[in-house]
Amino acid sequence: MTVQQHAREIHEQFSDQLDVTVEEIEERLDTLVNEYRIPVDEARRSVVSNYLDEAGMDRDELSGGSNEAVLVGDIDADEQWVDLRVSLVDLWEPRADSISQVGLLGDESGTIKFVAFETSDLPELEEGKSYALGNVVTDEYEGTYSVKLNRTTSITELDEEIEVGDDDVVVEGALVDIQSGSGLIKRCPEDGCTRVLQNGRCSEHGEGDGEFDLRIKGVLDDGNEVHEVIFNQEATEELTGVTLDEAKDMAMDALDTTVVAEEMAEGVLGRYYRVTGPTLGRYVLVNEAEQLGSTDAEATLIRARSM
Amino acid sequence: MSGNTVPTREVARRAFAREFNDAGYTFKESDDERAPVYALLPTGERANRVFVVGTLTETEDIGEDSEYWRGRIVDPTGTFFTYAGQYQPEAASALRDLEPPAYVAVVGKPRTYETDDGSVNVSVRPESITAVDAATRDRWVVEAAQRTLERVAAFDDESNEYARMAREEYDLSVDDYRQTALSALEGLDETDELDAGPGLDAPEQ
Repeated sequence: MTVQQHAREIHEQFSDQLDVTVEEIEERLDTLVNEYRIPVDEARRSVVSNYLDEAGMDRDELSGGSNEAVLVGDIDADEQWVDLRVSLVDLWEPRADSISQVGLLGDESGTIKFVAFETSDLPELEEGKSYALGNVVTDEYEGTYSVKLNRTTSITELDEEIEVGDDDVVVEGALVDIQSGSGLIKRCPEDGCTRVLQNGRCSEHGEGDGEFDLRIKGVLDDGNEVHEVIFNQEATEELTGVTLDEAKDMAMDALDTTVVAEEMAEGVLGRYYRVTGPTLGRYVLVNEAEQLGSTDAEATLIRARSM
Repeated sequence: MSGNTVPTREVARRAFAREFNDAGYTFKESDDERAPVYALLPTGERANRVFVVGTLTETEDIGEDSEYWRGRIVDPTGTFFTYAGQYQPEAASALRDLEPPAYVAVVGKPRTYETDDGSVNVSVRPESITAVDAATRDRWVVEAAQRTLERVAAFDDESNEYARMAREEYDLSVDDYRQTALSALEGLDETDELDAGPGLDAPEQ
């Protein structure tokens, strides 16, 4: 983008609030970029800040002008102003009074978390409906992206239904390890806390009785790459054939919870699996798992012969 | 991804017994005492961990004061030796309980020791040993062949530092390992030794 194009965009953003011309903006930008050798993005930021002060506005209120319409799966940078066409997949319970709505938006590329704040005073979104959202801001936390709605976000309900694709990944390999914290575990019973107790203690809420749960934290390895995968209770029961109640009985008989993971390991370690599910940080959360049997050697044979 | 502070887990390499037992040269990539030790596979790859599936043909407690189990695990190309003592309690008890012959999967670390005559023996120090089925064994043979062929194919790449290292440390023909992989695959079509009937031991070399 040229300095002039930046100037036009900034002009568009402030045209309602300030009486400035494109030329004036361009001159300011030009001074910073060509005289003071400031990178154009930084120059733009500085010029925008100036006009925000003049207009007595918050950065939040800034209209994005011509935002890029993006798919949620393509969001890969912090603090970008974007437009989305999404359906509301899921609404969650807000954890703070300042949050009016929190949940999951989706389009063909997958899903992304969104947050709307009380102060933004926006109309409520409804689960299952599709919307065009103008002017939302991207946010990043530990490599995971979300979007924030704000005072200037435009919300238009769509007649068409936006289909939501899954952002599942498929990984395959031998289950080469079952990590500690697997098998029969106890979770903190405190409302909204699901931390796993270590020696009967929650790192946040201290000593507690805890609620039993099943989980396997495993490693799938195909000889080239390793993937850490987590089986939740349902997936663990399906994988191992051991139910939560049976696991509790086993632990009761042995007066020891670790027998559960040991017993499970005997049945699943060293086997090949293909698992499908969304990623969370460095983990794949297993929705489906399939054990892999023998495979066709033909292609490898041909390769071995032709080398 | 940002903030990659978790040390990456070492991949479990796939190599047939024939190649694994030739991997007598070990090295570290830093001076740190806890730096991982790698065995150098002759096809040009470092291995800090391996995954092996084969037929457990023999187990023996060779310990004097305390239990020390040795297992022989046979694949289509040769025999892996694995040793488990008090520091590998799960693997040791697996070797104690398993009745050969049985298909087993082993995850473990390559270990080398020099014998009195100066040759180097390579073995697996197991992290886990579990009984598996014939289909898992067959899948491993195909996978080990694939990975072996990938390494052979990349052996002459200029950027392949482990191939360069292998050329320096070993006087071995890489094509032998391709041949080995080929015969292992061809052998898959023949009947399975365990399915053929009880008491029929897998061939050893």
